Amino acid sequence: MAERERDEVTGTETTGHEWDGIKELDTPLPRWWLWTFYGTIIWGIIYMILYPAIPLVSTNTKGLLNTTNRAELKAELAAVRQQRAEKLAKLEKLSLDEIWKNDDLRQFAIRMGATSFKLNCVQCHGSGAQGGFGYPNLNDDDWIWGGGLEDIHYTITHGIRYNPDTNEETRQSDMPTFGGPDGQLTPEQIDAVSEYVLKLAGLPHDAKKAEEGQKIYMEDAGCNGCHGDKGEGIKDVGGPRLADKIWLYDVGGDPKAIKKMVVEQVTKPRHGVMPAWKGRLDEATIKALTIYVYSLGGGGAKS
Amino acid sequence: MGVSVRLAQMGVLGLFAILSIIMMANAADTNYAIHAGIFLIATVLGLIYLARSAFKEKPADEGEYMDSVVRAGVIATVFWGVIGFFMGVYVASELAFPWLNWDLPWTNFGRLRPVHTSAVIFAFGGNALIATSFYVVQRTNRARLAFGNLAWFVFWGYQLFIVLAATGYVLGVTQSREYAEPEWYVDLWLTVVWVAYFLVYFGTIVKRKVSHIYVANWFYLSFIVTIAMLHIGNNLAVPVSWFGTKSYSLLSGAPDAITQWWYGHNAVGFFLTAGFLGMMYYFVPKRANRPVYSYRLSIVHFWALIFTYIWAGPHHLHYTALPDWVQTLGMVMSVVLWMPSWGGMINGLMTLSGAWDKLRTDPVLRMMVIAVAFYGMSTFEGPMMSIKSVNALSHFTDWTVGHVHSGALGWVGMITMGSLYYLVPKLWNRERLYSETLVSWHFWLATLGIVLYAASMWVSGIMQGLMWREYDDQGFLVYSFAETVEAMHPYYVIRALGGVLYLTGGIIMAYNFWQTIRGRIRASEPVLEAAKA
Repeated sequence: MAERERDEVTGTETTGHEWDGIKELDTPLPRWWLWTFYGTIIWGIIYMILYPAIPLVSTNTKGLLNTTNRAELKAELAAVRQQRAEKLAKLEKLSLDEIWKNDDLRQFAIRMGATSFKLNCVQCHGSGAQGGFGYPNLNDDDWIWGGGLEDIHYTITHGIRYNPDTNEETRQSDMPTFGGPDGQLTPEQIDAVSEYVLKLAGLPHDAKKAEEGQKIYMEDAGCNGCHGDKGEGIKDVGGPRLADKIWLYDVGGDPKAIKKMVVEQVTKPRHGVMPAWKGRLDEATIKALTIYVYSLGGGGAKS
Repeated sequence: MGVSVRLAQMGVLGLFAILSIIMMANAADTNYAIHAGIFLIATVLGLIYLARSAFKEKPADEGEYMDSVVRAGVIATVFWGVIGFFMGVYVASELAFPWLNWDLPWTNFGRLRPVHTSAVIFAFGGNALIATSFYVVQRTNRARLAFGNLAWFVFWGYQLFIVLAATGYVLGVTQSREYAEPEWYVDLWLTVVWVAYFLVYFGTIVKRKVSHIYVANWFYLSFIVTIAMLHIGNNLAVPVSWFGTKSYSLLSGAPDAITQWWYGHNAVGFFLTAGFLGMMYYFVPKRANRPVYSYRLSIVHFWALIFTYIWAGPHHLHYTALPDWVQTLGMVMSVVLWMPSWGGMINGLMTLSGAWDKLRTDPVLRMMVIAVAFYGMSTFEGPMMSIKSVNALSHFTDWTVGHVHSGALGWVGMITMGSLYYLVPKLWNRERLYSETLVSWHFWLATLGIVLYAASMWVSGIMQGLMWREYDDQGFLVYSFAETVEAMHPYYVIRALGGVLYLTGGIIMAYNFWQTIRGRIRASEPVLEAAKA
């Protein structure tokens, strides 16, 4: 073993050990390090006295503060419930119209509905309620099943095409399959009626085909039964309005793409589903959602 | 070593080969058959090598260090490092641009993330630890590695483990335990390799020709022993069939979760901290050519560190089903851990007293020092994040990811690469590195990469945490989850960019080593030499 020697730079002695040329200084522990270390230990002991810490045979020390994660959460939730209790009771009791007309209550319902929307609805309708392909935009004036307070409330409560076997109150509409071997229309007829739909929407179209298509629309296929004579839509049966540039199956502004989409939809329609929220959300929350959604899209025809 | 030993080794390998044929023939699922096939190929290659060299081998010279396996380890470290960094960049890009998942099972984020984490922790970090520990244990104990070519078994066995793990992840073979995803049979194989590693390492210390054991060896040994314990404890699982990949954990619920994080946090503590502190304690004083700052500090912080770390795991499960008293334990121990961790930083940095001027001229030493600085920063950040009220904000957010990476890229990566820059010219007996300028480039690219990474994840993580808990005055949540994801997008892009810089540095290093090993020296005058003159 090498001798202890004094390091020139630091003036500290070495320990006298050496490994592959590495020596060690015999520097004492830095005081600040040691006292900070002691400090954390003392802090740790104090913390363990205050909070649940030491396991015993069948339980553990509860700590002087006698608190747990769960107890804290419970208290916080109770406080929030307490704070909202009065308004929640009113939401449940009053009609949608009454809630809408009460400034204070309406604003509360909009905030509450917005939160519930962010948790439950954004997955399909988007975080700005802007919708997407197959999912309606809730900000515009186009309401398939009606945009009044009661209409929206009914849709949220019972859903659309949602388990119709057991849920008789769900919204039901069933556009027939016009194409294919069993369909009522030939591909040429579908092409023509689609041109007419473009015309209704005010988009570039083939005038001659559209004329032929109008006949199919009004007579052969009877599209007007659900979509209305002028394509204005019939909300009672869930027949979407065609006389605008808003599409449930939104493919952008390109007329060719829109035409393709319309042809597909006439040939073999898609039938979207929205869940019924009754039973999952309480009535106050459904009402709040209704008020929130109503506040977004203007509701078209207000009830 | 005689021919009989060699024949016995071949016998053992032969048994493994037969075993893998049986496994393949009875395989209950394709992935298991693929893995048995890989295992068979590995054992057959081993047999061929042993047979060809059986009569040519010279007896090992006890007066000579066994550096061939260290050289292989250095190459493997660089190889897996570049792959691991690339995988990191790729999965980071998947988060920023989800189309990169390609809608394929093999390339989705869920499967590629463990490829990245295992590649950097176990393939890059593990090979670095094995290689440097074999180098250091011989030098500081003045003894050749124990048990002949068992060290080579450790090396190749470990590479096989890496290949089995990585192919498994891509094929969907996982036991879903973070940082311990490989299934039961791969775990068993790693256990065999690890026991061999322990025997070589410990055997070499036993053979030592010096009286005291150097501090680097304490750290390496604590890493090897504790990882063995953690690996076995965390992987107690019951296979559905001896011929199938799937297994179920012996424990369930909260006990299972805490076992996972007892392992998970100590993978950080003993693999990524203790092991690399061993590296620091040898390579920093060697490169700085200064004595270690404080012997006493090294003893006190070593024992304090290994005693305290093992309890810190529960801080990963704050505010969960874990009993409150366990959470208290995890948090208190994590805070107490602050100073024991910093003991290593003090010893690393203060060893430079009297040599600070070298930082101006020596990019390798600079790399080691910034590693220690990042070590100090992460080991302050960690205890802070383990405090429950801080954790309530940081948990599940990108802040955690940033924290891990300032430790992984900053500490683990930089100390490893600094040590490799020191080692390569020595191991291949070259005058110096091919280019010191390229080391400087590597240093700055990597440092800038870490800064981009950590800073973007701090901002993103804290923002994410604040958005999740943002309530309005009526007590209603303000943001939906998707809105928080959207808000993080720019930071994900910056993070991926940081990763690209770090990867570029790694590639430059690989090139520099390639040229060094080929015996080339770049014409420009090296800064280091100029300063000495």
